[in-house]
Amino acid sequence: MSGSRPLPEPTPETQHFWDGTRAGELRLQRCDDCAHVYFPPRPFCPACASRSVSVFAASGRARLDSYVINHRPHPAFEGHYAIALVELEEGPRMMSNIVSCEQTPEALVLDMPLEVTFEPQNDSITLPLFRPAAEGSKT
Amino acid sequence: MTRYDKQVAIVGAAETTELGVIPDMSQLQLHADAALNALADAGLKPSDIDGVATAGESPTTIAHYLGITPNWVDGTAVGGCSFMIHVRHAVAALLTGQCHTVLITHGESGKSGIGRGRGRGNATSLQGQFEAPFGVVGPPTMFTLPVLRYMKRYGLTHEQLAMVAVVQRQWAGMNPRASKREPITVEDVLSSRMIAYPFHLLECCLVTDGGGALILTTADRAGDFPQPPVYVWGTGESVETPMVSQMADLTSSRAFAVAGPRAMSDAGISHSDVDHLMIYDAFAHLPIYGLEDLGFCGRGEAGAFIEEGHTAPGGELPLNTNGGGLSYMHSGMYGMYALQESVRQLRGTAPAQVEGAEVSVCLGVGGMFGASGCVVMGSQPKA
Ligand SMILES: [Zn+2]
Repeated sequence: MSGSRPLPEPTPETQHFWDGTRAGELRLQRCDDCAHVYFPPRPFCPACASRSVSVFAASGRARLDSYVINHRPHPAFEGHYAIALVELEEGPRMMSNIVSCEQTPEALVLDMPLEVTFEPQNDSITLPLFRPAAEGSKT
Repeated sequence: MTRYDKQVAIVGAAETTELGVIPDMSQLQLHADAALNALADAGLKPSDIDGVATAGESPTTIAHYLGITPNWVDGTAVGGCSFMIHVRHAVAALLTGQCHTVLITHGESGKSGIGRGRGRGNATSLQGQFEAPFGVVGPPTMFTLPVLRYMKRYGLTHEQLAMVAVVQRQWAGMNPRASKREPITVEDVLSSRMIAYPFHLLECCLVTDGGGALILTTADRAGDFPQPPVYVWGTGESVETPMVSQMADLTSSRAFAVAGPRAMSDAGISHSDVDHLMIYDAFAHLPIYGLEDLGFCGRGEAGAFIEEGHTAPGGELPLNTNGGGLSYMHSGMYGMYALQESVRQLRGTAPAQVEGAEVSVCLGVGGMFGASGCVVMGSQPKA
């Protein structure tokens, strides 16, 4: 990377997520009342408004939902790079990048299985990125 | 409650004197230039206006700059469809007597960047935390994200996506004020520079300077103005998400699907009543989503519908007849220009006039599928 990405500034409601990525966990939230799993973080359930919710570590397994391959320059990326939407095994969708994979339409096949990997940016922020799932892992 | 039976009409409508590249005007002055043109169109002075709505600038700034003392303001700013939503809010205000004459303004120095704040991203926002770190560079890398999923689910081809731009260029070719007028082919689109796969340059909106303004009042006064009034038959609005990654369905806009049908049912029209259609086209997939979310096409059918020429000049559903954001102009918040074209069509003054156009549907988008506003207009009062 030639420059830095615009990095997140956690808020009280999202701190657990960013603490999680630094600790090597992709943390989601599940409603204690209706079991809905959701993202991005908030201290209540967007399905039923319950304030009784729990943080848990997701499996890190996902599939490639959609993407674009950006051809315009970005200081933190070299060459063309994909901005991806991944659907987590637990249901929520999130934006990320696909690493350890050629950034071409031929290599980036929709619905391909992915797994999370963590890339530290500085002492406080680690980003969750995704790579093609290893042989034999199930999504 | 007879006051509520009254209707609202658009009695003034104009764009900035110039469109395209306007380096000698600030963004604020683009608002004012459009407002002054709309006031002249309606034969009014700023002192005749008692309601102000705008986005991109504050209604405080616009009212003060133009010398207006409003008793109603609306600063709803949810992106490029804000102006459709202003129309909806203005209808409610006018019909409840909160004010009598509303001015809605838009101006944007999208190309030249004159007098335009350089907003830095908010790294604490949800978008700042969960999208910005992953290399998004403005709308071409966000608005476009859902389309590969649409293509896989419904079999939309790259050629069909390109055809959206080709057809809109056919309309633009008839419009002397359009920024891009030379005919293009599917091959031209697919060989234009890749911006964000699968979107080529010609499938992305223009970046230009300009503005537009509307003046609305109650229909009982509509005969007092020099131009033929255009009546507001129905309106709708909705929002979905500030994050394109969190759309409920990557193949449909929930905001479109709420705002559009609501406006059409308020207007009391069915699809066959529609003579003219505008769907905000920031990128080539927007008309496809809009046609389906409005119910003009079944799911997955809009690409073929456009490819077959139904929305082209001579087709039964003329769409984006000014050339759209892809070929006419796109300052950033394009919704105002879509409304202006609907008004021109219903006045009978459009450069690419649809013969006998009496009912126009104008669907706007805000953010990256984040919001929508829809206005149904008629050349006669609603029955
Ligand atoms: Zn719940």
